[in-house]
Amino acid sequence: MKYLLLKHYRGGPTPIVDHAPMDRWTPSEVDAHIRYMRDFAAGLKRTGEFVGELALSPEGAFVRTDGPGRPVVTDGPFAETKDLVAGWMIIDVESWDRAVQLAGELSAAPGPGGGPIHEWLEVRPLLTAPPTVTE
Amino acid sequence: MALSIVDDSQVRELVPAVIGILVRRGADFASAEDAVQDALIRALETWPADPPRDPKGWLVTAAWRRFLDATRAETSRRGRELVVDAEPDVGPVPATDDTLRLYFLCASPVLAPASAVALTLRAVGGLTTRQIATAYLVPEATMAQRISRAKRRIAGQPLDRSGDLPTVLRVLYLVFNEGYGGDVDLAAEAIRLARQLAVLTDDAEVAGLLALMLLHHARRASRTGPAGRLIPLAAQDRSRWDTHLVAEGVTILQHALARDQLGEYQAQAAIAALHADAPSTAETDWVQIVEWYDELLRITNSPVVRLNRAVALGEADGPHAGLAALATVAPDLPRYAAAAAYLHERVGDLARAADLYAAAARGATSVAERDHLTREAARTRHRLRS
Repeated sequence: MKYLLLKHYRGGPTPIVDHAPMDRWTPSEVDAHIRYMRDFAAGLKRTGEFVGELALSPEGAFVRTDGPGRPVVTDGPFAETKDLVAGWMIIDVESWDRAVQLAGELSAAPGPGGGPIHEWLEVRPLLTAPPTVTE
Repeated sequence: MALSIVDDSQVRELVPAVIGILVRRGADFASAEDAVQDALIRALETWPADPPRDPKGWLVTAAWRRFLDATRAETSRRGRELVVDAEPDVGPVPATDDTLRLYFLCASPVLAPASAVALTLRAVGGLTTRQIATAYLVPEATMAQRISRAKRRIAGQPLDRSGDLPTVLRVLYLVFNEGYGGDVDLAAEAIRLARQLAVLTDDAEVAGLLALMLLHHARRASRTGPAGRLIPLAAQDRSRWDTHLVAEGVTILQHALARDQLGEYQAQAAIAALHADAPSTAETDWVQIVEWYDELLRITNSPVVRLNRAVALGEADGPHAGLAALATVAPDLPRYAAAAAYLHERVGDLARAADLYAAAARGATSVAERDHLTREAARTRHRLRS
């Protein structure tokens, strides 16, 4: 079963710890955080559970059509949005419980002072191919 | 074309026997399997241009050489003496026994299902890691790791231990039922492995599973419309069902049932056979299908079977009977909402049905099912307004 672990710059339930933004951390705290993330992905590769990951810039815009012959409408950068995705990781695991356990581990990445940042991670099942036998 | 002499599936069929030969010469299963995989990849690259006269002999030689190289490298790294070098006598043991043992080993109950599936496809099915990775939409490196971990997990389990046939059947069922595709037809591969297993064993449930696969595979062309649109059983064009596969499945099932060792796969195949036999949903023998669900329920006591039985009962005795049966099923099951929606539509409660179809679409686990259920919700709401 594949799950998407979604990291947010903003959004989700209220954070239980209000950290300073990462650019205010000490360089070694930043290094420790990045190393943890890298090791986490490497661990999933070793267990055969890693599918992919991507990080997103906070820049960008919302875009929509405004009808034929008219220029598209853009809105952004995302100063107003409550929810801003920072990146994702896709895992392929045996169960929902395993996905939740891994998200918990990812949420324990070290923050300022070296303790876990306790950030909320969104865990979402990916839709699959339909099974053949249903009746 | 040279390839016509040896196509991919012919090479693949040799893989379990060649692993067996290496193990009999003294290689451990994990190293033997790696060596044969390497030889297989080389065979797939070189055989089309330069087909060997003796494909099996070629694979054995190439894999054994690969195994010795890997062992030498490992031995010199550890500064130890190489002990395996000669080619010991393989002995008179038939290769079929080796292959059967591989089925049991790869489907070992200590492995997670996804790992057992991957290892079975590689060691018994003779697929490459890349093909398996593509079929399950994960990176090749991830699949390689999954397979090596599985092999470490079963290391030390002797190849000659008698295995757990239900676990093997479960693995083949998963290969048939769940998968994405890529360039490998997993359903066809599952059928090939089930056929081979049926030759190697004498078991009514192996035959039952093979029959079940053939009867469902027969409907394949009618199961999806343009752009992968899902077509439910009731709306399928039955003239497109493969009558040869149906006939073969029914024959295999009849022989299995005659042995009077009923199991879940035979019961499921019997239900599929009754559908295959019917010219339409209306002319289906639903009473007998309900009886088979009763058998299946007695064997498995599965909530999914209880749910499917309620739907069948809705056809046999009318939607009110179906709804009454559904009331005994846990509502958190996948497809519960879809079944409830259908039965409510049948009793004429369109508003409830539309809401349930919409809820079913939200809970769907595949895009094709979600789209189908969304269409059903829209259709029901439309009926409600008109």
